[in-house]
Amino acid sequence: MSFDIRYPIGLMFALFGAMLVVFGLVSDPAIYQRSFGINVNLWWGIVIFIFGAVMLGLAWTA
Amino acid sequence: MQSMHLQGIDYAILIAYFVFVLGIGFVLRKFVKTGNDFFLSGRSIPAWITGLAFISANLGAQEVIGMGASGAKYGIMTSHFYWVGAIPAMVFVGLFMMPFYYGSKARSVPEYLKLRFDEKTRGLNAISFTVMTVFSSGISMFALAKLFGILLGWNFNFSICVSAAIVLIYIFMGGLTSAIYNEVLQFFLIVLGFLPLVFLGLHDAGGWSGLTAKLAVVATKNGFAAGAWNNSWQFMGNAKENPMGVGWFGMVAGLGFVLSFGYWCTDFLVVQRAMAANSMSAARRTPLIGAIPKMFIPALVILPGMIAIALTATSGPGGFSLPTKAGGVLDYDMAIPMMLAHYLPSGLLGLGLTALMASFMSGMAGNVTAFNTVLTYDIYQGYLNKDKSDQHYLWMGRFATVFGILLSIGAAYLADQFNNIMDMIQLVFAFVNAPLFATFLLGMFWKRSTGHGAFFGLLSGTIAASIHHGFTVPVGALSLIKGGWTGHIIHTYPSEMAQNFWTAIFAWTTCFVATIVISKLTRRNKSDAELRGLVYSLTPRIKEEGIPWYQQPWVLGVIVLAAAVVLNIIFW
Repeated sequence: MSFDIRYPIGLMFALFGAMLVVFGLVSDPAIYQRSFGINVNLWWGIVIFIFGAVMLGLAWTA
Repeated sequence: MQSMHLQGIDYAILIAYFVFVLGIGFVLRKFVKTGNDFFLSGRSIPAWITGLAFISANLGAQEVIGMGASGAKYGIMTSHFYWVGAIPAMVFVGLFMMPFYYGSKARSVPEYLKLRFDEKTRGLNAISFTVMTVFSSGISMFALAKLFGILLGWNFNFSICVSAAIVLIYIFMGGLTSAIYNEVLQFFLIVLGFLPLVFLGLHDAGGWSGLTAKLAVVATKNGFAAGAWNNSWQFMGNAKENPMGVGWFGMVAGLGFVLSFGYWCTDFLVVQRAMAANSMSAARRTPLIGAIPKMFIPALVILPGMIAIALTATSGPGGFSLPTKAGGVLDYDMAIPMMLAHYLPSGLLGLGLTALMASFMSGMAGNVTAFNTVLTYDIYQGYLNKDKSDQHYLWMGRFATVFGILLSIGAAYLADQFNNIMDMIQLVFAFVNAPLFATFLLGMFWKRSTGHGAFFGLLSGTIAASIHHGFTVPVGALSLIKGGWTGHIIHTYPSEMAQNFWTAIFAWTTCFVATIVISKLTRRNKSDAELRGLVYSLTPRIKEEGIPWYQQPWVLGVIVLAAAVVLNIIFW
């Protein structure tokens, strides 16, 4: 069976990361009061986008 | 109670997750051509995937919500479920038991019991297991619907139907393979969805030092020494000195040995993941690989509970606070959901809720895949329709999946109507499961144990558990479900947890002794030749060739155990 789960994992997290980054850039800063003023959508979006990209890279180069 | 208001991005993340989960099932359906493909993934899955699925299948509602609640209620002592309970058991099953499960080519744990003992022992285990998995899956479904109703105002019926339909579709299409691959996806989602919560909660508590200072307030308010919530062993000398109400022996023997080994070494839900591995070596490494992330799961599920109780006890107005139930008692089960609502803005909130949904669904799917295999091979093929084609059993497996989901939905509605009935059912299954590890231990490591010994040993262990429960109660018990149903109380435990651990110890010991005595009094029903590959003394030792030293099961086992010891010392 040739199916590499890293493709869907990578795609999903790259998509979620991109969505969070875009939302982090356009959203009202007031919503980040609950997270101590940190734009957690932007920063965590970058983290999971990188995770997704690494997964895709691992699958692609396998 | 703080409710959540989702925006478009939150729904987009949740819907995208559903699309990926269903997409994986759709892609994998073309690989399912035989019964072996559907029930055991054709024994073709690499070790790293089965290893992550091994723990993800267990990372369901009870783990995420329950361990968060226990973290708030008992503090870091809850980590004993991992560092004393799960990790040693996972190492043991990988190194010593997997060669028999995988090497015997048994398709399920009950089938191993048939090969090792006899038909009646298999039947007892298969029937109790299928009923138990349906109720476990139903409880997951019920908890999900209840929680999403409280947090988002979702209709109970809608939540049940959506979660059941998605799990049904991806298992129906791709069988165990689809469940395993989705469990890996769900594992990463749970980790990445909950980590921001831990960071923000710790930040709010003032880091680890701030958290321990606040937990000291919690401990002294509850009448314990200041370190009782953030030291796992220091107050285990006396059951009355720690919030769990358990002494060190009850903890090590009851939880660390009987209950944990009973679950991780004999429960088909997790063992099935290892049975799907692509080689004996991969099957042995499955629980060992799973043990590595398992060690750090407390940071994701227990730590938020500890943060929640610390902030509840010390925060001023506007700060985080756990909600209360009727009677003013803190609702510990809401620790993680309330932290999601309190700290995460839209966007990350969608990711966190999707992670919560993923944990419920992985628990459900794990139960359903184990159910359809045991129902098809051990009950349908074993007793009802023996000599049909492989395609017939593949069809039956798909039917069993639909049947299992429908029964789970029924169990969820039963739980909604009669909460005490579910407590009662879980209690009965605790009685059935507690002695099980004694049966497997003797079966795998003592060739003289017989079918009669195993069957009547199991029954006597279950009876011993119910008798112990009937004569004991925990402090403050208000209903007979908590014990003392004989009307004669001969011992009162400091906590329900202590009573559970000692019930398990009594059940296991009775089963162990009864199995030995009855086996000695009855004739062997299997010859040495029949037991080859099923019993330690009659099975050639496995030589792991062509595998680098750092991937050898023994090396992995030693590393994992050493890391668990270090964690116990750090949080002593």
